[in-house]
Amino acid sequence: MNSMAGQAPAIALSGIDKRFGEVRANSNMNLTVASGSVHGIVGENGAGKSTLMSILYGFYEADRGTIHIHGNEVRIRSPKEAIAVGIGMVHQHFMLVEPLSVIDNVMLGAEAGAILAKGEAQMRAALAQLAETYGLAIDPDAVVGELPVGLQQRVEILKALVRGADILILDEPTAVLTPDEAEQLFVLLRTLAAQGKTVILITHKLNEIMAVTDHVSVMRRGEMVATLKTDETSPAQLADQMVGRHVLLDVSKGPAKLGPVRLSVEHLVIRDAHASLRVKDVSFEIRAGEILGLAGVAGNGQSELLEALAGIITPTLGSIKLDGQDLITLAPTPAERREQGVLHIPEDRQRMGLVPAFSAAESMILGFQSDHAFGTGPLLSTAAIQTHTAKEMDLYDIRPRDASLKTAKFSGGNQQKIVLAREIEHHPKVLLVGQPTRGVDVGAIEFIHKRLITLRDAGVAILLVSVELDEIMSLSDRIIVMCGGVITGERTPETTNDRDLGLLMAGVTERAA
Amino acid sequence: MSTPIELPKWADVSLVPILAVIVAFLVAGLVVLGIGENPVKATVLLIQGALGSGEGIGYTLYYATNFIFTGLAVAIAFHAGLFNIGGEGQATMGGLGAALICLNLDFLPWYIVLPLAILGAMAMGALWAFIPGYLQVKRGSHVVITTIMFNFLAATLVVYLLVNVIGKPGSMSPETRVFAASAHLPYVHEALAYFGLKIPKSPLNLSFVLALLASAFVWITVWHTKLGYAIRTVGHSPTAATYAGISIGRITLITMAMSGALAGMLAVNEILGVQGRLLLEFSSGYGFIGIAVALMGRAHPVGIVLASILFGMLYQGGTELSFEMPRVTRDMIVAISGLVILFAGALDGLIRRPVAGVFARFLKSGT
Repeated sequence: MNSMAGQAPAIALSGIDKRFGEVRANSNMNLTVASGSVHGIVGENGAGKSTLMSILYGFYEADRGTIHIHGNEVRIRSPKEAIAVGIGMVHQHFMLVEPLSVIDNVMLGAEAGAILAKGEAQMRAALAQLAETYGLAIDPDAVVGELPVGLQQRVEILKALVRGADILILDEPTAVLTPDEAEQLFVLLRTLAAQGKTVILITHKLNEIMAVTDHVSVMRRGEMVATLKTDETSPAQLADQMVGRHVLLDVSKGPAKLGPVRLSVEHLVIRDAHASLRVKDVSFEIRAGEILGLAGVAGNGQSELLEALAGIITPTLGSIKLDGQDLITLAPTPAERREQGVLHIPEDRQRMGLVPAFSAAESMILGFQSDHAFGTGPLLSTAAIQTHTAKEMDLYDIRPRDASLKTAKFSGGNQQKIVLAREIEHHPKVLLVGQPTRGVDVGAIEFIHKRLITLRDAGVAILLVSVELDEIMSLSDRIIVMCGGVITGERTPETTNDRDLGLLMAGVTERAA
Repeated sequence: MSTPIELPKWADVSLVPILAVIVAFLVAGLVVLGIGENPVKATVLLIQGALGSGEGIGYTLYYATNFIFTGLAVAIAFHAGLFNIGGEGQATMGGLGAALICLNLDFLPWYIVLPLAILGAMAMGALWAFIPGYLQVKRGSHVVITTIMFNFLAATLVVYLLVNVIGKPGSMSPETRVFAASAHLPYVHEALAYFGLKIPKSPLNLSFVLALLASAFVWITVWHTKLGYAIRTVGHSPTAATYAGISIGRITLITMAMSGALAGMLAVNEILGVQGRLLLEFSSGYGFIGIAVALMGRAHPVGIVLASILFGMLYQGGTELSFEMPRVTRDMIVAISGLVILFAGALDGLIRRPVAGVFARFLKSGT
């Protein structure tokens, strides 16, 4: 795979600069990707990975610098030109028309003339060819919306290959996959590389980099800080390079000091706005001083469960009890739940946990806006909320320390710290935590994990919903897994592993070997 | 109003609107040139007409009063993510509310009847916006559709009442009798004369003071109360509002009622301040121009007061201009107002983009 010495590299970027206003997203960036290799790119959020890939795919043009593809200098001014030089992109969020069939989706924009039949025949032949070469078998007449996510991703890859892509860029491809599906994707990526295609894998999951890449480049604050051979590095070294200092990847925590049952959920059934069943007869309890991890592939009822516990949606059946008191009748609304000490760090901080257009100080009181501390009677005191926020910013090391800066201008990690500070400082009895480290940089992950452990040790009952198995495994005292709206199993971190949890997440309930 | 282009705040609130007005005047100048008049002379006449005399200033501020009320009405709804384009109907109903109080109670002294009449105008305006709000909350019918339909309902209802119920007996024209003097809101020249100050006569009345108070009220409510926080949260992110325990329905109803009350206060200026009786179509389009005013003023009370004065100048200066230059007709003035609305509102990005470009280049070379 790395026998391409002498041959021109698939991609050679040199001196790439790109600014957005005052922000230097990429500065003097060099990158060489060997033909026929899998090349990983890692970096914290905001390190400039997406900008670099957008330059390669023609969404932006670089302010300075040159791009060579297979030794030829090119200008890429649009995705169309990117496709023309053989670059294909698989986006994190699929660009598929769900009600159409696989063949329709693949053909869209490449119909080869006004009469469909001829183009379709050609396309079927091309798909059959690809299936043979790369083992990319898929039924061309299946409706895309009915396919599992892993296969939908294959359709995206096929779209790129059919258009003659020779360099494939994948942006966070495993974010939506089960561990099993991710494993299959990696096999496919290796096959593609073995057949001479070049693959660029953008991810923040270091174990994926270790599993599948030949080389890895690390970005930090718009600069390319290192390019390493994967088998000569380690996750710890990469993490240090990404952050620029030493990071503790493993969470150290003592044994749980379990108190009485705080939150108990019995036979909970939840229907969504379209009356379809999202959560079917779920029961569990959480004790004071315990972190209960809830694992599962996104979209299997965890979000609805979290929102029902927070009072945002009303469950159809079942009970939610805090210290034996029924919350559904006693405190039906989010405001009343909050008063009872059930606090909530929502999964989607942009849409729910914060108001991006508000100042940090205003976001810092979301949910607590009626609190007397923030103004007498109907008035809201700007001075009071600014002082409060400045204090929290010091405690939680939120940067920049500017309470009047717009929430949207903070990085993902600092935005999450705003939510975290707000909820923790209001003394939760039960803390509902959804995806606490999604889109958060490594340094902030460490901080957030430590805070959650401290909170557990102080006797708070914590429900941790996460799609990151590493997070679930290292933080939880007990783990439950949801698939298709039901709990498929309960484990402890000591008695399970990724594979076991992966099977439960896929709905296979027999104990893995 | 929902542009992602980032500019320094001062440029956003002052530079962009000023440039928009200049571009609008340049284009309007071409039109004036096209009909064979001198655009520079026309501009000078317009500004002189609006600000060149005490009387002119009085008229300018009198028109501005109407724009402030309707502009604030649109702005406060906008902060809750609601587009209230029913200012016309709410103002008309405000007129009815004021008239019903005056017709029945104008035998009472002014210090009773005037506050009641003002409250009547606000209450009826509020009701006429509350109903569309209620329909949106309970039935999901969008306020953009219902508020505009309520404009027609208000107009026909008032015609019916003026013709059949509260019209002046024996009169051919659809209007009420003139209210007693106790129900008349004093003109500014009358009020100042009381203190020994003499200024030229104009329809400018104490409603202008009410309009400034209303601006302060909106500013405090939106940015310095817990209610305003809830309103802005609903406007920016309904999901975050739900998470925060803010009832979107309740905020929609409260905001629509406040918006309608502000629009209803247009009647205080026109009916209690100037006409002294209820007549048809006194709202004459102010409700719609309020949308442009709110847009130009970036939904901020200070911006709205300034934009209202600009539109007041266009109304008053335009009238003077059409006396001096007969070829520049009343319709021309409407066209110029239209151009201001076009450049300040609809084509905002046209001005903003190059300004942002200049700023970006300036910052780049600055570092």
